[in-house]
Amino acid sequence: MIVGEQKPFEEIWEMVKDHKQLTVFGCNTCVAVCHQGGNKEAGILAAQLRMRASQDDVDIEIIDSGIERQCEHEFFEKTEELVQKSEAVLSLACGIGVQFMATKYEATPIYPALNTTFLGDVPETGVFTEKCQACGDCVLGVTGGVCPVSRCAKRLFNGPCGGSTTGKCEISKETECAWQLVVDRLEALGRLDTYEKVMPLKDWSKDRSGGPRSFKLEDF
Amino acid sequence: MAATVTGSKLERVLKSGHQAVTSECGPPRSSDPAHIKEKGELIKDHVDSINVTDNQTSVTRLCSLAACIHLKGMGLDPVLQMVVRDRNRIALQSDILGAASFGINNILCLSGDHQSFGDSPQASNVFDLDSMQLVQTVRHMRDEGKFLSGDEIKVPPSMFVGAAANPFGDPFKIRVPRLAKKVASGAEFIQTQCIYNLDKFEKWMEGVRARGLHEEVYILAGITPLRSVGMARYLQKNVPGMDVPDELIERMKGVDKKKQADEGITIAVESIQRLKEVEGVAGFHVMAIEWEEKVPEIVERSGLYPRPQID
Repeated sequence: MIVGEQKPFEEIWEMVKDHKQLTVFGCNTCVAVCHQGGNKEAGILAAQLRMRASQDDVDIEIIDSGIERQCEHEFFEKTEELVQKSEAVLSLACGIGVQFMATKYEATPIYPALNTTFLGDVPETGVFTEKCQACGDCVLGVTGGVCPVSRCAKRLFNGPCGGSTTGKCEISKETECAWQLVVDRLEALGRLDTYEKVMPLKDWSKDRSGGPRSFKLEDF
Repeated sequence: MAATVTGSKLERVLKSGHQAVTSECGPPRSSDPAHIKEKGELIKDHVDSINVTDNQTSVTRLCSLAACIHLKGMGLDPVLQMVVRDRNRIALQSDILGAASFGINNILCLSGDHQSFGDSPQASNVFDLDSMQLVQTVRHMRDEGKFLSGDEIKVPPSMFVGAAANPFGDPFKIRVPRLAKKVASGAEFIQTQCIYNLDKFEKWMEGVRARGLHEEVYILAGITPLRSVGMARYLQKNVPGMDVPDELIERMKGVDKKKQADEGITIAVESIQRLKEVEGVAGFHVMAIEWEEKVPEIVERSGLYPRPQID
């Protein structure tokens, strides 16, 4: 899923404080799982903004709302009128939702309340870790199910580098060495012999390097 | 003597059966070339070739290529260190041609320290290729006379191709297989991480010999003299992939502070003397970091002087 983290409150306040009316708009799927951008968090953030407005004696009407997903038209039906009438929207979606709304409501300023941080999982409650960079050409089949693009700080395809120490990455003792994990996993699978195959040069044109990506289902 | 394929002096020395001696110079954080020339002057008679580091520890410096050109101009045999951290395949191939156009005949292909260690942790890194893929790239350019794209290079670069190996990185069990991958990628010489744990290095070399890799690649053992017990402790605690045994720290600690530098030199000399006898060690890479003036003494006391004169 997509993971995001709320921006510092001051940064959010500076973006929105000059409006007379603001809709704080949650996105209740990915970013709700990490408790940063769901409809509940939209309600809390709206309350904090109202409090700040009151403290600073700023005249701004703040409404909170939200939908299931800000990246598809069909979810907007029930809130169409609310958004149309809004002077500005503070979206708690990831960058995708913010852009979707900015395209959909071309005359309405849409501000991001979150920094979209990564594509990750939830290995334990309250912990979120990066697992994919959407490079467009998955190699998990040969790396034992451990992604070198997102999990190696140098995205090495033939790691580990010389900085791998007791399972940790050279950049931090908190960061696992992806290639230690690859080696452990290949060993567990009885496939350590495949480690010696030199992985070829990566085609990064399928990554963001190749420009914005899209695809179309011809049947629809 | 085995046939040489490049104009590299390092290649000639190794292929003529001598144990080679290389050293390295870190370029200055300035546009003044005097510094690099002085370093070259200090060590030139005691080494066969001189590595020039490429923004080591991710601290921005005068570029490796320009520093190599200065050394080449002094009649020396530079080894262009090139990291894949800062350049994509277009820039790498371009710099390889540029270096070759100045008669630089050696390249050491590295991944490079992560930028978080250096002066620009906010920088974007590149890592379009990894170090092995850079080795493959240089060999492809040299041997096939082609760019990665397949287009012809009319005058291919004449480069003797090296890579690094760290026998002390984890997991240890893949450190010999990883060397095998570098050899399979086309590495012709290897310069190792600084060796302080000689037992572990010798264990790694056993694995290297068991697979016959020492007959496929020239392995230069990395030696860095310790200047003080503080340096030894720092390397042990703070440098990932560095293995400084406790007994070495005890030995440095047991010496009067003023004599610790001398002790460090003696340890380096003893290490070389021991490793000279290890089958498969083809030479030494003496990295006296910002202490280049000590390289001649280390080389002389290790019995590696005079250097062979080979045309």
